[in-house]
Amino acid sequence: MSEFRLPSLGADMDAGTLLQWLVQPGDTVHKGQVIAVVDTAKAAIDIEIWQDGTVQTLQVQPGEKVPVGTVLATLRAPGEAAGAAPPPQAAQLAPVPPATARAPSAASAPSAVSGAAGGATQGPSPPPQPTFAAGPPPLPAHPAAPSGLRLRVSPAARRQAEALGLDLHGVAGSGPGGAITLTDVARAAASALASASPAGPAASATVPVAEPTPGTPATDRQTEIRRAIASAMSRSKREIPHYYLLETIPMARAQQWLAQANAGRPITARLLMAALQLKAVALALKRYPELNGFFIDGQFQPASAAHIGLAISLRQGGLIAPALHNVDQLPLDALMPALADLVQRTRAGSLRRTEMVDASITVTNLGDQGVESVLGVIHPPQVALVGFGRITQRPWVDAAGGLCVMPVVTASLAADHRVSDGHRGGLFLAELREQLQHPEEL
Amino acid sequence: MAHAPLNDADLRATVIATLQSIAPEVEPELLRDSRPLRLQVDLDSMDWLNFLIGLSERLKVAIPESDYGQLVTLQDLMDYLKARLG
Repeated sequence: MSEFRLPSLGADMDAGTLLQWLVQPGDTVHKGQVIAVVDTAKAAIDIEIWQDGTVQTLQVQPGEKVPVGTVLATLRAPGEAAGAAPPPQAAQLAPVPPATARAPSAASAPSAVSGAAGGATQGPSPPPQPTFAAGPPPLPAHPAAPSGLRLRVSPAARRQAEALGLDLHGVAGSGPGGAITLTDVARAAASALASASPAGPAASATVPVAEPTPGTPATDRQTEIRRAIASAMSRSKREIPHYYLLETIPMARAQQWLAQANAGRPITARLLMAALQLKAVALALKRYPELNGFFIDGQFQPASAAHIGLAISLRQGGLIAPALHNVDQLPLDALMPALADLVQRTRAGSLRRTEMVDASITVTNLGDQGVESVLGVIHPPQVALVGFGRITQRPWVDAAGGLCVMPVVTASLAADHRVSDGHRGGLFLAELREQLQHPEEL
Repeated sequence: MAHAPLNDADLRATVIATLQSIAPEVEPELLRDSRPLRLQVDLDSMDWLNFLIGLSERLKVAIPESDYGQLVTLQDLMDYLKARLG
């Protein structure tokens, strides 16, 4: 018998609300399988299990908010007899006594909350959540979002909808904040089938004109995101002795290469300069591992791969920096769709747990409409942040001593002086500049 | 859709609808057609690409990257699309 606990959801999150179980007691599960969807301040996140086994009991009901470390479910190891079960208290998804009954246990839940990545600014465990009405399985509490708005959809629900060819714009979300869950997708699919319209998914035809999510949830999320940013950034400025370096990088070659590459591509397969810059950072990091990793318990732990956190601004305000995995290994043609997908899901509020915790460095790109340079704040426990400003035309002296007009970008490095020094940081930026002079090798 | 002649109002409506699918907060009546669009609407390079993908799919018009430089204002965009559709 083992316990499956709510894992860490990132440095700035210490609790989550269970949105949905994707398994039932008795189900066999496999390592890496997504078994639950948990809502956090920032997004609905898929939670994977890290061992094989059979689900014995589900200990937390959808709608309950619990601290990191809380037992969510119990598991039998493969081959273990079912007899050794604890009293099956919350064994079914059927309505149970409301959350108030569980609040005390949530409060006294394991206080290993502030683990490696845990927010050190918080107390050992957050105050009890008095009421988070669990109640019966949620019904569509929120009207469907008007077509055209970014939808909040759990990753599992999104995959299922894609598999069914279902347009989610007409689907009412019953999760917190109006998020569309797997149950909602199943319901919508059933009703689309029932109406048996040959003209395609019927769900999209029934779009009431209404607020996307009534009342407080959106505002709450705003507030929570703001609080999460405040917590992480305050910790960064309190604990991390930053140093900053800037380098002006000529971009003519990268621009020419990109224009040529894109000329032969349909618009849906075109590359953005941001993808080239990310790849260049990932490759440059290979020679400067002291910029890629985590500072935990007074020690630097280098990361095994370049999982780059992308600072993605949210349209309604705020910012999330989920990880794009293994950027150093992705060819540009794979990196670009992965980047587009991550941006889209971040803004839809639908991320995987690994994306919330794996980033080993952050890249912020203030883009082609933004400012010329940015000096970033490191996201703890990471130890570096690379910033790109806008590409601008500048007078430039070429190798032969002639004057020309050159598109340039200012790249910056903010790094943790406990782990690296300016000399090596400068060499990293020089390597980054070199990488961008050979775009064909990215 | 590709064969139906679009009048200016229809074309504008399509452009605005596509824009709103990227940036839901856009209020069409506040947009100035003759001012740079991306100074009025916060579109990063990914948003801009998705906006043009949306237009090319809705209107069945190819928009080569080499033409992006011409597409500064909403009016530029509509003139460009009208020429391509005509």
